[in-house]
Amino acid sequence: MDFNAFLDGFALVIEPHNLLYCLIGVLIGMVIGVLPGLGPAATIAILLPITYTIDPVSAIIMLAGIYYGAQYGGTITSVLLRLPGEASSVVTVFDGFALAKQGKAGTALGIAAIGSFVGATISIVGLTLLAPIVAEVALDFGPPEYAALALLGVLLVATIGSGNKLKAMIAGALGLLLATVGRDSFSGASRFTFDSLQLADGIDFVVVAMGLFGVGEILYNLEQRHGKKHVPAKVGNVWPSRADLKQSSGAIGRGSVIGFVLGVLPGGGAVLSSIVAYATEKRRSKTPERFGRGAIEGVAAPETANNAAATSSFIPLLTIGLPANATMAMLFGALLILGVSPGPQLVTEHPDVFWGVINSMYIGNILLLILSVPLVGLFVRILRVRPAILAPITALITLLGVYTINNSTFDVFLMVAFGIVGYLMKKAGFDPGPMVLAFVLGSIIESSTRRSLLIFGGDATGFVTRPISGVILGIFVLLIVLPMVRHVRNSRAAARTSDKTSTQTEKLGV
Amino acid sequence: MNDASHPHTGDILAEIEAEVAQELEEERPPSGGAAYQVVGSLVGLAVGVGGALLAFNYGLGSLREPGPGLWPFLVSVLIAVLSAVLLVVGRGLTDAEAFTRKSVLPGVGAVTFVAFGLLMPLTGFEIPALILCVIWLKFLGGESWRNTVVISVVTVAAFYLLFLYGLRIPLPHLISF
Repeated sequence: MDFNAFLDGFALVIEPHNLLYCLIGVLIGMVIGVLPGLGPAATIAILLPITYTIDPVSAIIMLAGIYYGAQYGGTITSVLLRLPGEASSVVTVFDGFALAKQGKAGTALGIAAIGSFVGATISIVGLTLLAPIVAEVALDFGPPEYAALALLGVLLVATIGSGNKLKAMIAGALGLLLATVGRDSFSGASRFTFDSLQLADGIDFVVVAMGLFGVGEILYNLEQRHGKKHVPAKVGNVWPSRADLKQSSGAIGRGSVIGFVLGVLPGGGAVLSSIVAYATEKRRSKTPERFGRGAIEGVAAPETANNAAATSSFIPLLTIGLPANATMAMLFGALLILGVSPGPQLVTEHPDVFWGVINSMYIGNILLLILSVPLVGLFVRILRVRPAILAPITALITLLGVYTINNSTFDVFLMVAFGIVGYLMKKAGFDPGPMVLAFVLGSIIESSTRRSLLIFGGDATGFVTRPISGVILGIFVLLIVLPMVRHVRNSRAAARTSDKTSTQTEKLGV
Repeated sequence: MNDASHPHTGDILAEIEAEVAQELEEERPPSGGAAYQVVGSLVGLAVGVGGALLAFNYGLGSLREPGPGLWPFLVSVLIAVLSAVLLVVGRGLTDAEAFTRKSVLPGVGAVTFVAFGLLMPLTGFEIPALILCVIWLKFLGGESWRNTVVISVVTVAAFYLLFLYGLRIPLPHLISF
């Protein structure tokens, strides 16, 4: 690791304007984490046009802050309202809300904030040490490895996320197809442009992301608003007692490790790690019956893990250039806009971006700890702001933002069209996430595949015979075949025990 | 959802995952039926087949010298095949949401977006922005007239200052100082 570059990164981060953007980022992140509705991916999508106007490093620092800040904010609604602001805070609901009912909301929030801080910080240290090494290994990758890796990334994001895997794979493939619109970079031929001049250069990533994520979610939320009022529980002392800290220290330690490891895997990320961390604590506990009734470890473990995972999911982005989830795809797109291509060369070619982002997370997490312990009351008050008031503001930010990219109303209409597609996809049970991710990786997959074919002289078996790409493709095949085998086995097992399950489902009223 | 009801479930992880799924389910509107799944699959199939036909015309080339159409052709075929599989196995899925009377709201929202795009180059952004705020607050959001007027005016003024003075981004505008 280049220690000087690491220190230079710190010097860059503590420049006042970068500190300010870091603060703005984590603040926005916490606020959107608290407000159910817009997630971090949608928020970053909506704010992408800002990357055209401010300094690249500051822009990435701010956008990254939104992502990990949202993990802190999501806890507040889970504990106080039983409404998880983010999917990664769903398990926090079980014990967090139970604690709030016992009048210990403050303790739950306090331990979650401390766990989040510890988890994230351990994860950043891991990131600091590991990322340069991974980047060095990845320098040997050629086009076949990149094609295989990016394909694997799309598949992992499609299959590990929640929801139907087949639909996620269709969405991913649609994203790959969408990426081919415009001029073919090899032959110069126009594809799917339908003689439109505006489409000749392809579709702008920002327009796609703002449409599918931003407008799609804004429209979807218009319909979902239930109008029911939530009264948050009272928040007392947020400093956990020494006994609470002692009880949850093990959970925080294990949660950090689980989060770090799962966060690195593409598609793994915050949601999965919070569930695994919770399950681990429940399994290890001598008194598992306390879980779900207000066990402090049940809050500490998932909150630590989701922050650790949010941090370590930067590793594949910064070292291989592979976004591990939809939010990372947004940051990937933002970096491309800034003229920085994420990948193994990042650490040597743009050390300012590489170390600036990583080191800003140390500072960002300290800011978040300050925001979420002493200032938690302020964020609880944000819960009183009605979504109806925020909706037109986000709508205007989106409309004006997309217009300013090219001063083009065509972009506005294209974004609205993608917004409608995104809304309809959500209604039909398709997650737009894999589509955006595949779109951003699409041209890389295509060009590396074609370049590889040129290297191999048209012999496609070259992908399998090269050791690294062969192994990656082997994993790819395993990931498709294994779930099928498990599915068949499960449905056989289900047939055997069908009597038992049918009585159970009747009881649940499904 | 307490554990006493499943005393012999071995896998705590699977149990918690089911619990999470149920927790998320509670927040969701009524599910659409098989028709939604069929329509979804058919749209996928149509895109796949259409894409494959267009791509075929761009020229497939060979593996040694791939034409511009080869990659989009392969991807389109993949979409078509996956959608066909979904058409067969996906009828029983419950992940689609039914359209209700409230689905008019996103429709109106989308129309205001388009109208904004049409009006802004002609009149500057202030008037369309104000109209959009009023429609969203009063008619889509059910706010009081007083709130609507105050929030709309403040929002438009704030955007004016933010874009034209704060970020110094030129927007078509009516009022200049």
